[in-house]
Amino acid sequence: MKYVDEYRQPELAKSLAAAIAREAAPERAYHIMEFCGGHTHAIFRHGVHDLMPENVRFVHGPGCPVCVLPIGRIDGAMELAQRHDAILCTYGDMMRVPASKRKSLLQAKAEGADIRMVYSTLDALRLARENPERQVVFFAIGFETTTPPTAVAIKQAQAQGLENFSVYCNHVLTPAAITHVLESPEVREMGTVAIDAFLGPSHVSSIIGTRPYEFFAEEFQRPVVIAGFEPLDVMQATLMAIRQLNEGRHEVENQYARVVTRDGNIKAQNLVAEVFELRRSFEWRGLGEVPYGALKIKQAFSGLDAEKRFALDCPSVADVKGCDCPEILRGVKKPTDCKLFGRVCTPDNPMGSCMVSSEGACAAYWTYRRFQEPGEAAA
Amino acid sequence: MNVVDGRFPGRIDLKRGAVDMTHGSGGRAMAQLIEALFVRHFDNDLLRQGNDQASFEAPPGRLVMSTDGHVISPLFFPGGDIGSLAVHGTINDIAMAGAKPLYLSAGFILEEGFPLADLERIVASMAEAARQAGVRVITGDTKVVERGKGDGVFITSTGVGVVPEGVDLSGDKAQPGDAILLSGPIGDHGVAVLSKRENLEFETEILSDSAPLHTLVAAMVEAVPDLRCLRDPTRGGLATTLNELAQQSGVGMALKEQAIPVRPDVAAACELLGLDPLYVANEGKLVAICPGARAEALLAAMRAHPLGQEAAIVGEVVADAHAFVRMETLLGGMRVVDWLAGEQLPRIC
Repeated sequence: MKYVDEYRQPELAKSLAAAIAREAAPERAYHIMEFCGGHTHAIFRHGVHDLMPENVRFVHGPGCPVCVLPIGRIDGAMELAQRHDAILCTYGDMMRVPASKRKSLLQAKAEGADIRMVYSTLDALRLARENPERQVVFFAIGFETTTPPTAVAIKQAQAQGLENFSVYCNHVLTPAAITHVLESPEVREMGTVAIDAFLGPSHVSSIIGTRPYEFFAEEFQRPVVIAGFEPLDVMQATLMAIRQLNEGRHEVENQYARVVTRDGNIKAQNLVAEVFELRRSFEWRGLGEVPYGALKIKQAFSGLDAEKRFALDCPSVADVKGCDCPEILRGVKKPTDCKLFGRVCTPDNPMGSCMVSSEGACAAYWTYRRFQEPGEAAA
Repeated sequence: MNVVDGRFPGRIDLKRGAVDMTHGSGGRAMAQLIEALFVRHFDNDLLRQGNDQASFEAPPGRLVMSTDGHVISPLFFPGGDIGSLAVHGTINDIAMAGAKPLYLSAGFILEEGFPLADLERIVASMAEAARQAGVRVITGDTKVVERGKGDGVFITSTGVGVVPEGVDLSGDKAQPGDAILLSGPIGDHGVAVLSKRENLEFETEILSDSAPLHTLVAAMVEAVPDLRCLRDPTRGGLATTLNELAQQSGVGMALKEQAIPVRPDVAAACELLGLDPLYVANEGKLVAICPGARAEALLAAMRAHPLGQEAAIVGEVVADAHAFVRMETLLGGMRVVDWLAGEQLPRIC
């Protein structure tokens, strides 16, 4: 397998950094929101922000599906495992997020709930086949990247008559989130959160294409550059965004052309459209109720909908007092602004989801930047 | 092979037989298992005496003792198995004190139903590993638990060794200005085990690096007697080991990502699986900290040994009240290399 080091070459990084330093106009600031948690992680892991001039700043966005899942929905998952004795299949990252009473799925597992980590939906299907006498529920989370595999699992289960399998659907949509961020009072009216441009998510875009972003670029007059996950991708995309801002353009550009096209993966889009439809509204942690920002399973497949099968009721639950995840997810605050950060809230004892998820801004700060004392050159 | 022995009424079928509860009961069946498997393969005078313990003359010098429990899953993986791992792991713990390993013990907890053929494979592998390392397994124990109460086999190994005169290694001795060296590429063992566990097939077969490091250590200690400390980065990987040492010594560390060797296929596999090689377990590597002025001499001694051919100087010890381990990234940025939060790969060793 190639493409491991090619996009991390120091010499190329230096020349991109030099170009950015040259072209970033000293009399203004450039605030670039990287929407996707994977980008946040890449920026911190490789120290990309150390290579930026002072006036180019990354604002961390809400593109972390674990982070935006409200406590009440995680409680729902726990209920499936504990009250209904289902085998709950979940991606690893979800296991440690604290839900109500700060209990996580991992702790529920230690108490006896049958919660299993899976790498893919196919693992969950296999578990259902191997355990016909048990209910098996797949805890489906994620943006558009993980939605097609869930659709495939639902279709396969239906076709195979796997009656003990169901899906607890918490899929959310990127464009809706971006709109919501841009329409928030802090951005639109108060101007307290400056967002000049977006780095668009890499693999979400491989599914949905670059077309959906054309709306924002136009409506909100902001450049959107779809960026790959490698540090050189992020730097090149940043340079492209700076150029757009300097030239007064607001277009959608595709830096990640080796994977992303304008139309995206049509087959995947069709699969998703076949199985899912929009929820009129869905609560996102930090963003509140977001209209048409989440998916639910269509009527034709409702037999596989865990929420219906188990009559799940997921009431809204408030965050831990003092936890600034909501503000951090919207870019209003930085992790270091939160009073709990690093004191009570650490990866070993997380108060909120931003600290648990490998893509969460707080986790990234803690894991990679903790050595900076507050007051030092901030990221 | 069916072993028929006048002392025992029945035959033990090592090819098709399985462990049952009588093998742990202390009776004839257990004695037969021990004779046919353990004594036959480990094969030394002390073991053949047939006592519950082994007695030996204490050699002159400071003794070192270490113990390890092995619960690795799967039991057989590319490049080794639970048996060879147990031998290497305990030898290495002893070696990290700068000591020469002398004797090992091996306690087995077997699950009812475990195939004797697999057990023989493991024991033979252990015996071979011990033989190649010049260390004897001189005492052991056998217990059997009911089906479902154990995962095939668990092994506990204890080792005893002796520290040469003048050698005094400890994790609390690192000082600002010291050099940090690594004996070779990281991540091989964890990825090898994971590839087998998840039925993931890579184009190159990645092998565990499981190996006994005591002869490498002997060469290092001879070349640089004022070595500060050694540690092998097993569970939690290089990152965890360095954080442990930093904390023990009350110092910080500054690493260079560019200097840390990782095999291309291991790096690729880690990218695929979302793992950071810094946190992946190794079973045939060590970290050494020595005075800065001695770094080149130590590096040369390491590279002259088969297990240290790809050794590298990866950073230096600095003064830091927080005991942070920081790393200059490939790009020239800076990041913390933190303790592992949670679990990266369960039951890796």
